[in-house]
Amino acid sequence: MKFTLSWLKDHLETDASLDDILYALTDLGLEVEGVENPLDRLADFTIGKVVRAEKHPDADKLKVCQVATDAGETQIICGAPNAREGITVVIAKPGVYVPGIDTTIGVGKIRGIESYGMMCSEREMELSEEHDGIIELPSGEVGQRFVDWLAENDPAKVDPVIEIAITPNRPDALGVRGIARDLAARGLGTMKARDTDPVPGSFPCPIKVTIDADTLDQAPVFYGRVIKGVKNGPSPAWLQNVLKAIGLRPISTLVDITNFFTYDRNRPLHVFDADKVQGDLRVHRAKGGETFLGLDEKDYTLEADMTAISDENGVESLAGIMGGLETGCTDETTNVFLEAAFFDPIRTAYTGRALKINSDARYRFERGIDPAWTPVGIEHATRMILDLCGGEASEVVVAGEIPDHSRAYKLDTARVESLVGMSLPADEQRASLEALGFVMDGDMAQVPSWRPDVQGEADLVEEVARIASLTKLEGKPLKRTQPGVPKPILTPMQRREQAARRTAAALGYNECVTYSFIDKASASLFGGGDDATMLENPISSEMSHMRPALLPGLLQAAARNQARGFSNLALFEVGAAFHGGEPGEQHLQVSGLIVGQTGHKDVHGSQRPVDVFDVKADAEAVLAAIGAPAKVQILRGAREWWHPGRHGMICLGPKKVLGTFGELHPKVLQEMDVKGPAMAFTIWPAEVPMPKKRATSRGALAMTDLQAVERDFAFVVDADTEALTLVNAAAGADKALVDEVRVFDEFIGGSLGEGKKSLAITVRLQPTEATLKDADIEAVSARIVEKVTKATGGTLRG
Amino acid sequence: MDDLRDKYISAISSASDEAVLEDLRVQAVGKKGEVSLKMRELGKMTPEERQVAGPALNALKDEINSALAAKKVALADAALNERLKTEWLDVSLPARERRVGTIHPVSQVSEEVTAIFADMGFAVAEGPQIESDWYNFDALNIPGHHPARAEMDTFYTHRKDGDNRPPHVLRTHTSPVQIRSMEAQGAPIRVICPGRVYRADYDQTHTPMFHQVEGLAIDTDISMANLKWVLEEFCRAFFEVDGVELRFRASHFPFTEPSAEVDIRCSWEGGTLKLGEGDDWLEILGSGMVHPKVLEAGGIDPAKYQGFAFGMGIDRIAMLKYGIPDLRAFFDSDLRWLRHYGFPALDQPSLQGGLSR
Repeated sequence: MKFTLSWLKDHLETDASLDDILYALTDLGLEVEGVENPLDRLADFTIGKVVRAEKHPDADKLKVCQVATDAGETQIICGAPNAREGITVVIAKPGVYVPGIDTTIGVGKIRGIESYGMMCSEREMELSEEHDGIIELPSGEVGQRFVDWLAENDPAKVDPVIEIAITPNRPDALGVRGIARDLAARGLGTMKARDTDPVPGSFPCPIKVTIDADTLDQAPVFYGRVIKGVKNGPSPAWLQNVLKAIGLRPISTLVDITNFFTYDRNRPLHVFDADKVQGDLRVHRAKGGETFLGLDEKDYTLEADMTAISDENGVESLAGIMGGLETGCTDETTNVFLEAAFFDPIRTAYTGRALKINSDARYRFERGIDPAWTPVGIEHATRMILDLCGGEASEVVVAGEIPDHSRAYKLDTARVESLVGMSLPADEQRASLEALGFVMDGDMAQVPSWRPDVQGEADLVEEVARIASLTKLEGKPLKRTQPGVPKPILTPMQRREQAARRTAAALGYNECVTYSFIDKASASLFGGGDDATMLENPISSEMSHMRPALLPGLLQAAARNQARGFSNLALFEVGAAFHGGEPGEQHLQVSGLIVGQTGHKDVHGSQRPVDVFDVKADAEAVLAAIGAPAKVQILRGAREWWHPGRHGMICLGPKKVLGTFGELHPKVLQEMDVKGPAMAFTIWPAEVPMPKKRATSRGALAMTDLQAVERDFAFVVDADTEALTLVNAAAGADKALVDEVRVFDEFIGGSLGEGKKSLAITVRLQPTEATLKDADIEAVSARIVEKVTKATGGTLRG
Repeated sequence: MDDLRDKYISAISSASDEAVLEDLRVQAVGKKGEVSLKMRELGKMTPEERQVAGPALNALKDEINSALAAKKVALADAALNERLKTEWLDVSLPARERRVGTIHPVSQVSEEVTAIFADMGFAVAEGPQIESDWYNFDALNIPGHHPARAEMDTFYTHRKDGDNRPPHVLRTHTSPVQIRSMEAQGAPIRVICPGRVYRADYDQTHTPMFHQVEGLAIDTDISMANLKWVLEEFCRAFFEVDGVELRFRASHFPFTEPSAEVDIRCSWEGGTLKLGEGDDWLEILGSGMVHPKVLEAGGIDPAKYQGFAFGMGIDRIAMLKYGIPDLRAFFDSDLRWLRHYGFPALDQPSLQGGLSR
């Protein structure tokens, strides 16, 4: 919402400075978004008088002028045709910035003769488009500031333009008078009366208006009248200036008048060319399918139940949104039909949205105009039409009734203290409401017709606090919920999330936050991409589906980084993946991705390609950090984006998968443009069982001073025998004595022959009762060999 | 006897290696060594002579043994020193590389915010990112026709043909979590709701996904003045600036009443942002007293309970605090950005240790 300071002062009698007004506006909730003050821009321009003007000896079109200025007589070269002796001009001295040519004036030589400044045209000072010559002022003293002269003689030119943001609840502030009312309530001045007497009609209105009975809820009231014998054409300069100042294009007097009231009073109006209206006007619900040519010269097809205004030819106006081109006013219009109506905000919003029309009228009607001012508004507009266009007004035709807006709420003056925490005398609270137009009847506050947003007692408190200024609110400490040391607040899952994140970072992974939506192809590669997780209105096809997993986003991040020349990557993300499109069909994942080498080439020869056992270690570390049990099963058979032979699922039983690690399928990498191989893990923190109860005690530590003994064994087994089977068999040989089994060597093929491999283990025996004797060790060794043989079919390697 | 002493002490001290030293030991104090032989002669001496010679011989034997031991250590030291002289490494060579991971600023700042509000008794609540329009809008006093609905650039989910339910939305704010928390817990309640939110907007300063943290405190006597204090305390702690000054500006949100936008005093002098000084104001969050209709939607009696809510952008306060220029880069995963703006794994923010280094 834009307006000028002088426009505001048409409604508000005030001595307040511009700065005070701006501060109050923002503080009142009418946030100032910008101010354009010509006084700032033109402050350095001064008035001078041309004493002599002679032709430049080396240029036909230039004149060498001697100009009287506040700094004495100055020589200025000027190319303007009207530069001549005796005229009063506006001077930009060296050092002054001239906005219209975006230049700071310097001392220069023009064709060999020095020039000490510039005499300006209106365009050069951005006062108008006028550039036929330099300004000739009818008055003014040498040395006087030009802005002071303007303020005195042409105040519109130095009128500051203020732009404020209007929150959706304040339709009343979409009119300058509403803004003035807020400022007056704040104490920045008093409201000026701006009433007008009704214009009596001198003949019956030739155009009748009806509202269909089933349409009264969306178009409750319509006032209209014909004014005949008007002369349309360009509006007077003052009207053009105020509209131009706020960025509106003057069109014709009649249209400019409607625009004026739109901004002056938040009162949209419409003018029909009465001679183009066939028969009477009917306000009705559209059947659907009617077509309409708008003032914007676009065709619209109406949907059922939109509010239309039709004559015998069909739809001529979209109620509250846009008039029609067919019946619009032109410069030739002599008889005009003026409309002032009230249309339902919700219906207007739906229609405007459906037809994608953004107009000043829609913007205002969907927020809510003042229904009670409808009959007053038509009189104001009639008066201005008669004043500016002449003519003769008919009687007013009325259809429907002004909707009942009356309501009152109890002002609980103690509530401001208890809800806001501000101590305000009851009198002051009542005075604030009265200044805003509320009518107080005892404790009850009758809401003014222009405030549709006030719908309860809390709104009264808001108004009182707003006028008193929330800036003045003093903070008061919030009591602790309980005395003493605060208790922890994170849930076990939240702690897991943090632990997983910090562990992954400690393992050398860089945390990413990638978009939750992803393209369909990538989603499909990871089991998603179906319609349930599709967005109806994605901003691009790259972001069309909710991600089924974190890995596709990480792979895309890896591809981008590879394209930038980074080949060794370790990326991870912690976040939600979506397994459906209903609220709650999301689950937490932790995914890590490594590609390339373990590091750069180095003097230690430690560089090697990343492999499955890197991600296995990392997955295990993250699982350990979130409290997963150490004893797990490693199963195969995970989803199709994993390499079929090089992955494992970390499980507690076949149906309880805590995480998966492994190499990603080469085809997936190829489709996602990632140079592989790539190793990854995904962990589902919610799958890790919660401890049954939280006890801080660790249990007793069982330690013995008896010497542990380690023995190595090597077994030849079938190549597809899993090491874990062998380890478990060895560990089960004597659960009391075997403390630990470690695989330390794997050897495949060679002298062992096709399909065989050798696995070597170290078994650590920890006695608890007595030192182990050779015979004890022999006995347990034999049991280990027996168990392993039984479990794997392998043999002890000779 | 002095001759004997001089002979061996000087021989020991000039011995060149352990073999020579061993020979000398055998010659001097071995079973048939010169000193040993002399000791055998003690028996033939008179008691008087023995009185003198005995201790002297014993002393001589000790002295030679000590000299032998000392020389042995000296020789070993010399040999070690010789060896170490040859063992030189170019220690300016690079160490074995170790990958260094980082925490994303969004995670770090979320934990900072959590640490501060935890101290004031706020728990952390989370909720679905795909929401019903009831939780995202209606329950928050934003009915279907409300202009705010259109202004929020909402993402809608696809509905299959024949599924005539209104489409779900990607939550446009974390406020639905407030409703769910009130439903689940009732009053009194104090929660913050951090998380991802979505709006269909992409330009220099907007991304279709960003992060918000909202706060909610409901009790019988919580006022807007408490809200101001909480936010002042938060800003002072979070931005780590003692002289933080906030300005409450009346505004409008459908879900709060009264509503206030909150600005923080700042200076942009020299192109860098400084909080707590200067004459500019920077808008950092929206807030207000929870609207009675919102309390009702959450199953809380507005006649008995009241309280405040606020919301701010996590990415935005991260940018302000850590001087990160471009929001879009947050979600691009450029390794250079992750390393530069990321945080060390073990820098977990805490009130006792400080939020940032």
